Amino acid sequence: MTALQPTLPTEEPNLPDDTFDALEVGTTATTASKGRSRIPWRFLGGRALFYLFTLWAAVTINFILPRLMKGDAVSAYLARNRNITPEAADGLRALLGLDTDKSLFEQYIDYWAHLLQGDLGVSLLHGLRPVTEVISQSLPWTIGLVGFATIVSFIIGTIGGAIVGWRRGSRLDALIPITTFLSTIPYFWLGLLAIAVFSVNLKLFPIGKAYGVGMSPEFTPEFIGQVIHHGFLPAATIIIASLGGWMLGMRNMMLTVLDEDYIMVAQAKGMPNRRVLWGYAARNAVLPQIQSFALSIGFIVGGTIVMEMVFSYPGVGKLLLDATNAKDYALMQGVFLVITLSVLVANILADIAYAFLDPRTRQTGA
Amino acid sequence: MTLLEFDSVTKVYSVRGAGQIKALDDVSFSLESGQTIGLVGQSGSGKSTIAKILTQLETPTSGEVRLDGKAIPRHGRGLRSYRQQLRMVFQDPFASLNPYHSVRHHIERPLRLDSVVPKDAMDDEVLRLLERVRLLPAIADRRPHELSGGQRQRVAIARALASRPKFLVADEPVSMLDVSIRLGVLTLLADLQREEGLGVLYITHDLATARHFSDEIIVLNQGQIVERGLADDVILRPTHPYTQELRAASPDPEKFFASTASTHGGAL
Amino acid sequence: MSDALLSVNNFSVLYDVDPAVNAVNNVDFELRRGEILGLAGESGCGKTTLAYGIQRLLKAPAVITSGSVVFHDTTGEDIDISQLDVEQMRRFRWDKISMVFQGAMNALNPVATIGSQLEDVFEMHRPGLSKSQRREAVVELLEIVKVGGQRRRSFPHELSGGMRQRVMIAMALALRPQLMVMDEPTTALDVLVQREILKQISQLRHEFGFSVIFITHDLPLLLEISDRIAIMQAGHIVELNTAEQIWRNPRDPYTQKLLSSFPRLTGEKGLVAL
Repeated sequence: MTALQPTLPTEEPNLPDDTFDALEVGTTATTASKGRSRIPWRFLGGRALFYLFTLWAAVTINFILPRLMKGDAVSAYLARNRNITPEAADGLRALLGLDTDKSLFEQYIDYWAHLLQGDLGVSLLHGLRPVTEVISQSLPWTIGLVGFATIVSFIIGTIGGAIVGWRRGSRLDALIPITTFLSTIPYFWLGLLAIAVFSVNLKLFPIGKAYGVGMSPEFTPEFIGQVIHHGFLPAATIIIASLGGWMLGMRNMMLTVLDEDYIMVAQAKGMPNRRVLWGYAARNAVLPQIQSFALSIGFIVGGTIVMEMVFSYPGVGKLLLDATNAKDYALMQGVFLVITLSVLVANILADIAYAFLDPRTRQTGA
Repeated sequence: MTLLEFDSVTKVYSVRGAGQIKALDDVSFSLESGQTIGLVGQSGSGKSTIAKILTQLETPTSGEVRLDGKAIPRHGRGLRSYRQQLRMVFQDPFASLNPYHSVRHHIERPLRLDSVVPKDAMDDEVLRLLERVRLLPAIADRRPHELSGGQRQRVAIARALASRPKFLVADEPVSMLDVSIRLGVLTLLADLQREEGLGVLYITHDLATARHFSDEIIVLNQGQIVERGLADDVILRPTHPYTQELRAASPDPEKFFASTASTHGGAL
Repeated sequence: MSDALLSVNNFSVLYDVDPAVNAVNNVDFELRRGEILGLAGESGCGKTTLAYGIQRLLKAPAVITSGSVVFHDTTGEDIDISQLDVEQMRRFRWDKISMVFQGAMNALNPVATIGSQLEDVFEMHRPGLSKSQRREAVVELLEIVKVGGQRRRSFPHELSGGMRQRVMIAMALALRPQLMVMDEPTTALDVLVQREILKQISQLRHEFGFSVIFITHDLPLLLEISDRIAIMQAGHIVELNTAEQIWRNPRDPYTQKLLSSFPRLTGEKGLVAL
């Protein structure tokens, strides 16, 4: 019962003793609060620089990797397609930036030049179509479905976790082992089970793919209806499988926060439970969850190969798998780049969100 | 007689975003063995910094700490030997003992590290130390969570005495203990100081206990020494305005009831 | 309107753990209107449990096993606190009895501004007020406790410990309650800041006329600020008398023991006289 034990003298933070002049402005802490703007520009600026640096490092590593495996890409392609003239082969190499005429540094500059123009090279596997085109066909499906599922899972899990944490000791506690159990079920099994029950037996949902065979993407309500229909099972299975983690994390944070004195104070003030739960407890407990959420957004792009295989969903995961098997370096590089960018962007968003949500981070810039 | 000298020590911390903080500003004092000095200061005064520098957890930005005229070595055997001579008792009796180990283990550690006694004499020495701090031998095999706060603090003192130091730095040793046992622990420290000829630096924010247990008092305010002298002189006849404020602000029921003959409380 | 503000009769609290702990045992006392009652004792004596218990702020495994707590409102009504339902209790809280918690380090929500936490109180209890009226009230409170109205937009971590404690006092004062329960409000503060805060409490008491239950282990402090003092040990009130009588004629051996634990600041060197 820590709340009922007297807390004993602790060291005070080293702030000026302003009992004699309440208006005294001393530390940076007090000056920071004077301005009307609450946006911590300095903090964000520092982070932005850091991310720019990370981006540069990622792109450079992306550039170097395939060049460590030089030679295999085009030979493998040539092995499959015999009717390529040597000139075409050379041209191919140049296209892929694998010609050895230029120095490594020149190739690097070329790479950046191409990058900034949006040219990621051509895909060997997909008939020499530009990599950007290949990726942009699959990316929306992945982001759409998996992004949607992740967001929904996060919201349900976090809200659920907040309620379970608030009502600790009640029967709601059972939700935690149930949801975490569901997360431990191997996803492909869950997916196959869903298909077996809902698609094959109950015939409620189609078996796979993003939309009906023979249709082509367009913005008609009919098509959109198809997408939703096809996407239901994959999304649902993802949500079920990942719910446990969010709920557990949020509940645990809630328990920690609920032990804090300010919760007791809020209740003593006569605030209704609903207000204390959401405005005080959940508001504080959600902070670490946001960090996790940002990270998981970053991995949406690359992380659901299993789902795509089970449901034959035309996403980025399958793209990457096929490219790796075929040693289609340009495509692999392209996908890596996209994943890296997504993770970076997600992190930036998380930092911004955190800076807004937690006023304490604005001070130290840590 | 051994002498510990704190000579013109300044300690500056750089804090990101807040510039520099001068925790100590040209602080000098000396402590003799056989003497207790009370270091009185409120939070932020720098008293914990002094404790950290004495135990070499921090190093001064400028100035020097000397033991018997020689500067404290930064590392190696010299530092080891210094550490043997100056021990610390911490404020929090709950945090300063490892919950997984028995009392015996805690006390044996310094005995072993500093080779104070041969291995076969270890058990006897542990019991002897427990007796010095007025604890029963049975305590030796208990774990910290089985002891009260006062008992834990006594164990901490026994541990500090194990290496037969010349100096003891007690940083708020009783402020986290129950009121009725504080005096017991402080009296123990005073007795030990007398019997072993220790030099004790008693760091506290509480004027009353500082007066009661110290020979001399040093008053610290925002990293500077503002007053020093014999305990009674500093408390009863303070010259510096800060000390006077401290004294006026500290509760003093004796004076209070002597002056307010019949009015009830609330007349601050 | 009777002289008594709070009548506590035969009040007991049990901690339903294994083995069960009788935290508070058949406590009787009466709190007078406008008085400062000090509640002294060491850890485990039950003083905090008692103070929380009479406001029904205790959580499981604490159980109130007996007793009544009657609040004699200035309106003339006698309110039996144990009989109030959840909604009535919620409205009663802070309006009639408010609390200042110890260690204001953690007593304020770190992600909300001081102003919003003070405005909360008005939103809950004075729904008739408009937003600007609430804001005015908050600014007034912050001025009363000498924190300054412009601090309204500050966050808790931007204030020093002393200022945070003043904010807690402002929060407790918001609805002009008739009783303020203060749980070790100055323990973690410097002696100088402590004196300022105590002066402030005394001033406010004179101005607004509320009673105070002041909980602390620091007996010399209580002796100076309380009208009466209750000494608690093992869940019982072993002695209850005016501060002066406790000082000059302590009757219970435990009281004497407590008093003798404090060395004298001035006067002859030695322990506090028996």
